[in-house]
This record gives sequence, C-alpha cells and structure tokens, in this order.
Amino acid sequence: MTARNVFAAAMLAAALAGCGDGNRDLDQTGPEPQLPAISQSLLPPMNIATPVAWNGERPIVPDGFTITALASDLKIPRQILVLPNGDVLVAEGTGGNAPKVRPKDVIAGLIKARGKTKVEGGNRITLLRDADRDGVAELRSVFIDGLDAPYGLALVGDALYVANQDALLEFPYVAGQTQITAPGREVTKLPSELNHHWTKALAASPDGAMLYVGIGSNSNAGERGMASELDRAVVWEVDRQTGAHRSYATGIRNPTALAFYPESNVLWAVVNERDELGAELVPDYLTAVRDGAFYGWPYSYWGQNIDPRTRPQKPELVRTAVTPDYALGSHVAPLGLAFVGAQGIGRYSNGAFVGMHGSWNRNALAGYKVVWIPFADGRPRGKPVEFVTGFLDGDGNARGRPVGVAVDPVGGALLIADDLSNTVWRVAPRVRPAATAAAPGA
Amino acid sequence: MPDQLLLNRSLLHPLHALILAFPIALFAGALASDITYLNTAVIQWSNFSAWMIAAALLFGGIALAWGLVLLVGQRSRRWRGRLALYVALLAVMWCAGLINAFHHSQDGWSAVGTTGLLLSIVSTVLALAAGWIAYSGVGGREIGR
Repeated sequence: MTARNVFAAAMLAAALAGCGDGNRDLDQTGPEPQLPAISQSLLPPMNIATPVAWNGERPIVPDGFTITALASDLKIPRQILVLPNGDVLVAEGTGGNAPKVRPKDVIAGLIKARGKTKVEGGNRITLLRDADRDGVAELRSVFIDGLDAPYGLALVGDALYVANQDALLEFPYVAGQTQITAPGREVTKLPSELNHHWTKALAASPDGAMLYVGIGSNSNAGERGMASELDRAVVWEVDRQTGAHRSYATGIRNPTALAFYPESNVLWAVVNERDELGAELVPDYLTAVRDGAFYGWPYSYWGQNIDPRTRPQKPELVRTAVTPDYALGSHVAPLGLAFVGAQGIGRYSNGAFVGMHGSWNRNALAGYKVVWIPFADGRPRGKPVEFVTGFLDGDGNARGRPVGVAVDPVGGALLIADDLSNTVWRVAPRVRPAATAAAPGA
Repeated sequence: MPDQLLLNRSLLHPLHALILAFPIALFAGALASDITYLNTAVIQWSNFSAWMIAAALLFGGIALAWGLVLLVGQRSRRWRGRLALYVALLAVMWCAGLINAFHHSQDGWSAVGTTGLLLSIVSTVLALAAGWIAYSGVGGREIGR
C-alpha cells in the first residue's frame, strides 16, 4: 500500500462514516423547519428496519384507546376507503416498472427489498365488514379483482373511483354490495411510463364534480432526465364525467395522499420529498394544495432552496416556488392522510392523522408511526403528536409499516393499512366518548 | 545480428494483459462520457460513465489481484521492482475508481461534477501508466539471459 493509497482509504472511510446519522436535534416539524446545509455523502446511508413478526403483540395506542387487527393476511394493503354503510375497502398491490439504468439501481433495489413484505401484491380491492363493531371483520370478500396496482379510492354518489397505477377507473356501486364484477369505465389514462413513484393518490371535491389525482415524480431529483418528468410531480384535477384534466399543482415531488379538510374546499396533500441531501433534508410535508402553485421539485426544495443536482437550473422558475405549509420531518415517508372535523375520534377532533411508512435514507430511523396534527381554523396548529407507535420493536426491527389511514365515522375509529405485516389495524376509543374533550396539543 | 534476437519478454501473461486492457479502455471511456455529460447535461452520458467505471473496477480488480500474486511469487529483484510499481499504480487506480463509482451513484449533476471528473482523470492516467509499465517489454539484457 502506498501513502496515496492509504490516504484514499482514509478519505473513503471518512466519507462513509461522516454523514447520515440523523441524530442531531433539529426541529423539523411545523411551518418553519430548521434546514441544515446540504450534506451529500459518497454512499447514501441506507438503513431499513429489518422485518420481524408481531408475535401476538400490537401497535401502541394512546390511553383510552384499543387497537385490533380488522383483517390480516392481506396482499400489500395501501389505501383505505370507508363506505357510507361502514364497509371498508382496502386497495392492495404494488406497482412501478422503472428499469434499472445504473449499477446503483441494482444495489439499492436489493437493499430496499429487504424492508418490504415478501407477499406479492393483490392487484385487487378487498371489502371488510365489521357490522358488530368488535374490531374484527367478520365478512371479507374480494370486492374488485384484476386491477393494476390500485391505490387511490374515492366514492362520489353511486360511483366508485379507483386509481390504478396507469388509469383512473369508475365502477357502479350499490350500497351493501360485497363484490363488483362490472368492468370499470376508464375515466382517463394516468401517466405510467417508468412509474418510479407509481402510487396514484385520489380525492374527490366536496361537491363531487372534480377528482384530484396525485402523480409522483419519475426520479429522486430529476436524474432520469426531465423528459421522463412530463406530467409527473403534479396533482391533476380531473373532470369525472369527461376525463378532461389539467395540472392543478406542479413541482410537488410525490403526493402520496390527498384529502379535503372537512367542511371546506381546501385540498391537502402529504408529500414525500427528495433523498440523498443528508439525514435532515428534505423534510416531507403536509400542505394545502394551491391551484396553480409550483412546489419547487426538482429545482428547489422547501420553497426556494436550490437543489444543486438538477441541470440546467431554472432560477426564474425557482423564484415562483411556493413554500409548503407544514413540515413532517425528513425521510419519515408520509403515505396516509385522514382528517377529522368537530366529530373526532375520542378526544382527537379537528386535525389530521398522518401515516408514516418510515425512512431508508438515514441511519437513525424516522417515521414508522401514525401521528396526529391538531388543526384550528382549518390550519395546522401545534406540533405533531404520536398517535400509534410500536411499529418498531425495541431493537429497531420493523413489525409493521403504516401506509394509508382512514377515519371510520360510523364506528368512530381510525383504520391503518400496514403493508409490512399485511394487516389493517383499527384504533378506537375504549369506551364510546360521551363528549369530546380537548385534543392534546390543540 | 544477435542483438536483434534478444528476448523481449512481457511482464504479463497474455490473459492478464487482456484483462488489464479493460480498465484502460473503460476508465478512459468513462472520462470521455463524463466530459460529454458536463458539456450537455444529458443524463445518459452519466449513466454510461457509471457502468464503465463499475466494469473497470471488476476487471481492474482481477488484474490487481493477479499482479499481487505475481509480486508475492517473484524472486528476481529486477522483475520485482517493475511489478511493484505496476501493482501500486493499479491499486491507486482501483481505489480512485471505487470512490468514483460511489460518486457516480449520486443523482443528477452530483454524480459527476468537478470531483467525478477529477477522479475519472486520475483513474484514467493511472490505468494508462500501469499499462505502459506492463506492456513495455523487459529487455533481454535486463533479464540477463
């Protein structure tokens, strides 16, 4: 070994060890997160919690609540829709068809796969019925089969909308139905080339006229070239009758769940931000989606902070970038969003539940929980509060990973899709609340 | 003309020489595609570089290992000096290439940038130097036959 060789080895070790811990005590939640300097390490830290079984244990819920497995042995449950009669629809599946174009894609894919379930995605929607509200579904049926990585679900009147990874479909729904065999009508195709981020989040406007579809980017930070990003990192507004659509918001990297705040016309999204700029960059966020707004991706993050990886840069576009409303923390991976208004769940009223799938791009794990964010006057007010935890065991292994969350107003419960243990969890007050008390942090 | 009949022996076995040709061509190719990427910002050039560097490391690693084996087994002092230089050049080339492979795994412009270009230059120059040493025949007088 020569001196230069030793120097190179030392440099390598320093570069590998130096970054990505995520142990610094930065405040990265709320409207004004602390943003450290960019720290690009030679090797992105990759740490995914090792999957282990629940072995009879359950996630941890606040005092006064119980949690049950509404259903298990599902096939990658991702998003949940509660129908007016209390029946629960669960979209199951996984998508994406991006080819591996770099040695990195091969290696990173192998590592990320270790944090996922071995079960194959169902490409279907399962109906669960828990008529006696004991927390366990006594009826379970394949509601719609033969789908292609379904994710977003919405019901408008007697029309059920399903966002496959490549198309938005409409099915006729009759109350009480446990199976739909009618073929879906294609409302519109959805951008599906590569589908690096394949999930198509879905929400219907309160008046039912418009549907909103979240379409994630085709890369982390534009590294597949901007030609791959046509109609990506956007929220589409779709006329559900005609399928006509336009970009409602752009530069919004990966909007994984959309929801309207109760009794308002304000659309909110949880958004997964970019990786490989350090353990504390970039915070994922919850934001009201403003019509016509550009949220920065890939040219800038959290407003107008330049991402140096994108060339050519677009300073004139970055000057128009909007700062999101509320940071959730870096790398927590929010995939679920559900609001409650005045009629909450137990003492939790007026606010948002956010399901966090959990991190891979930092050594100190983040996310892997469901948090509660109190709202006042239709805006977030206060810090996120842990609502359901225990998805990680004491050794940092993952027993579950939360995805979609949904409020069951009929049963007064929160439902959580867990795509690692393939379970839908139901969290409900232990006793029906006689009156709503103040939510913590409100 | 006995002088012209002096043996001009190669340092390397023909297969070893063939393997060594890969990092020489691939590091140089990666350097060229890095330059093209920096000039055009067309991402595919950066992808080409990443694959070429990865393959250069694979073949360069085999050449390096073979060189080390030769060095350990070599008794002749004259041969040892040249082999040691050859192995040292390959070792530094390989380390620079490994760092560059990691660097090229970053996204967008950060995959190349100034650092990636410099590392590509270093590994290319070292690969060429190692090849120069390896492919220069060892004159008969030096071998002393």
